[in-house]
Amino acid sequence: MTSDARRPEPPAEGGYHPAPYVMPPDLARVFTTPAGRPTRIPEPPPEALKSAVTLQIDGRSISVPEGSTILEACRAEGIDVPTMCWLENLTPVNVCRVCVVEVAGSRVLAPACSRKVEPGMDVQTKSERVKASRKVVLEFLASSVDTSLAGPAAPNGDFAAYLERYGADPSRFGPPAGPAAAGEREAHGPGHHHSPSGSEAASAATVRQPVKVDNDLYVRDYSKCILCYKCVEACGDDAQNTFAIAVAGRGFDARISTEWNVGLPDSACVYCGNCIGVCPTGALMFKSEHDMRAAGTWDESAQSTTETICPYCGVGCVLDLHVQDNTIVKVTSPMDSSVTDGHLCIKGRFGFEFTQSRGPGRPGS
Amino acid sequence: MFGAGGGTSSYREAEETDLIVLWGSNARETHPIFFHHLLRGVRNGARLYAVDPRRTSSAEWADVWLGLDVGSDISLANGIAREIIHAGLANREFIDRATDHYEDYARTVEAYTPERVERETGVPAEAISDLARAYATANRAMICWTLGITEHHNAVDNVLALINLSLLTGHVGKYGSGLNPLRGQNNVQGGGDMGALPDRLPGFNYVENDALRQRCEMVWGCDIPATRGWHLSNMFEAMDRGDLSALYVIGENPVQSEADRTLTERRLRSLDFMVVQDIFLTATAEIADVVLPAAAAWAETEGTVTNSERRVQRVRKALEPPGEARDDLWIIYELARRMGFDWGEASAEGAWNELRKVSPVHRGMTYARLEELGGIQWPCYDESHPGELFLHSRLQEDPVPGLRAPFVPVEHDPPVDPLTDDFPIRLTTGRRLDSYNTGVQSGGFRSPMRRGETLDISPEDAERYGLAEGERVRVVSRRGQVEVPVRLDAGLRPGLVFMTLHFQDDVTTNLLTMDATDPKSGTAEFKATAVRIEKLEAPVPA
Repeated sequence: MTSDARRPEPPAEGGYHPAPYVMPPDLARVFTTPAGRPTRIPEPPPEALKSAVTLQIDGRSISVPEGSTILEACRAEGIDVPTMCWLENLTPVNVCRVCVVEVAGSRVLAPACSRKVEPGMDVQTKSERVKASRKVVLEFLASSVDTSLAGPAAPNGDFAAYLERYGADPSRFGPPAGPAAAGEREAHGPGHHHSPSGSEAASAATVRQPVKVDNDLYVRDYSKCILCYKCVEACGDDAQNTFAIAVAGRGFDARISTEWNVGLPDSACVYCGNCIGVCPTGALMFKSEHDMRAAGTWDESAQSTTETICPYCGVGCVLDLHVQDNTIVKVTSPMDSSVTDGHLCIKGRFGFEFTQSRGPGRPGS
Repeated sequence: MFGAGGGTSSYREAEETDLIVLWGSNARETHPIFFHHLLRGVRNGARLYAVDPRRTSSAEWADVWLGLDVGSDISLANGIAREIIHAGLANREFIDRATDHYEDYARTVEAYTPERVERETGVPAEAISDLARAYATANRAMICWTLGITEHHNAVDNVLALINLSLLTGHVGKYGSGLNPLRGQNNVQGGGDMGALPDRLPGFNYVENDALRQRCEMVWGCDIPATRGWHLSNMFEAMDRGDLSALYVIGENPVQSEADRTLTERRLRSLDFMVVQDIFLTATAEIADVVLPAAAAWAETEGTVTNSERRVQRVRKALEPPGEARDDLWIIYELARRMGFDWGEASAEGAWNELRKVSPVHRGMTYARLEELGGIQWPCYDESHPGELFLHSRLQEDPVPGLRAPFVPVEHDPPVDPLTDDFPIRLTTGRRLDSYNTGVQSGGFRSPMRRGETLDISPEDAERYGLAEGERVRVVSRRGQVEVPVRLDAGLRPGLVFMTLHFQDDVTTNLLTMDATDPKSGTAEFKATAVRIEKLEAPVPA
């Protein structure tokens, strides 16, 4: 910085006002004349052609591009496969096991969301073995977790529909056990959880616990968490790359946790809310939605969704504003947006309050 | 650049490039979702170079951080160019076919020897050589920048220095190679495209180019003055001369956003008449003669914005504006009516279709197509045109259609506010992730990360001046002084301190900054202020 010292001391006020800049005429011509058009519209390099793979699904012969998953092949053919932990903008982690299918010659059922198709593969999506497995997985989830708000995409309903389709009966393990005290589950060490006995055996173990409310933007209700890992992926290398959360503990004590289980304000969290955006069960929720639900004023039938553009920086993130009673109650981003892939930052997701100020802050109100 | 002001690449190209130079940009915090694309590129194997006086949260992701002294960007760029030329890595085929004035450029950069550049920038010569060779030999390479390049008294020269590098290596006009200014506001790009610049009419129609001006005159049926108007800094000078006595401010808060607040406020108060049209009663609105309450353009009105990849996107009305607040467009139509011109019913789509008549690059963008395609990247010449993923592909054609791209040699010119014994420390300014500019918008929500204004200082300087974390100090520049708590930041080097502009009601950072402006763009040098730090007397217990 020593080179700065060469310039004379500027006047105390009035600043630095050099002579007006005059561009040389030939440069001026370049910078004030349309530059010309390419002869061809620019395109990305062509993608390597993928060869087609032919396989059997439910007795139908199906051809899909090499590298597709069984799930992609099924959905391309209109064959419905339930999913909870899969999302189009995240890498499959195949943990929820509701998408399992039967592959001929394979000892165990295969997760459709991540298993790649192979030539000649013979896949059954509706066999008794598949249906029984999905039924039990759904029963385990529904008996231990509050799935009242669960749905894989646009919220609500799908999980309930899956329960019905597969005849799942979560109540067959007995009435749900009562909630743990705040911090109790986090205190469990490895090997803590044992098979219930005595009076415990008459009820179904649950992950019920108090809601974590430690900041003004979003809440964590882990009574509703099915450990699908989507929030971990969105916080990690699938989107935000902040790595504020991970799965801690083992077995039934496994849970989503910040480092050392600190509160969010003390963690690495940067409040992008991308975990909320991918959560399939309502475990992660805008505080505004949480409070409105608690007050009984949350009414999705009275909400409209309008697509617009974030009012902050120049990236141009697409926002879906969820509005109830002329008030923004939630912000999401469409997963098919080439700008956002469904992900936002703290300003885009939570920074809308300034518009809603209807007090003296906004003239004319 | 090259006659069309816009980033040349698309975001998706950052995911598939081989090398990214992030120059004067803390995109991790200021453009977080662009940084998602960039990180995908890094995960796909791209090398990332961060050129920034601060070791920012963006620089933490870089393979190499070049911590240059504030305001030495041109010296660094010219040094990189000299290194590329001496290593025989200049793209002669591209230079000969697609550019002009190479010899002038080569002559200019020859003076930027490694020893000189290391002295002027503080960056080790080996790091400069490494960046030069990596950039020149990468198959695809892009340079992205933000206000670290443009908030200087020689902003345009800084940008030209980076453009020169792309011409030297042919890293423009190809998929994955380009030059990308990351825009700071959701419609900075669109505002310029729509002619909110003193020398331009909508659609890059330069007012001093007869043919282009006449295109607008024909559509509007009127004569347009053939000379450019004033940019903001010119306007301030005109206020000083008494040539500008009335001002109509739409959606700006110059009292808090302009450098040297004392001077700005005196100038605005000297006006005979000022109208402010805003969604808030800002500090500027408070001293206005008339305030026109406006609807929030992003959620209470219809229209479009254009992002940093030239994508024109629809904004839509989701909320009814409060009380008497009105759409900006309605207010302007109504003003015209009171002046005796009836423009009919104010309609965003109607105004857009009028633009399409004067702007060839927007002509193919109907509202219906914007809706259908999720936005369109200009240029889009007709309704069968898909828009263009990247600009200047013509420069990669042989022969080049249209004008060749000129090298514009530029010289190092250090910051205007010099470091002296009285003012030995360089203050630079910027933004934080959860806040935005003067805080009028971002102050509305309760961010758990917000900690108010601080003077960020290196641990070395804290020790040298005997300062502890949280201690309030007085920061003094040649123009003013503020009191602010200290925060230690290991990302800062000795001699460099950092503040934001987010909390102007509490700490008026712009009392310190100066209004030295770039004669070409009118941008003030927010990035380089000379200050000293004074310890406060121990407060007397109450």
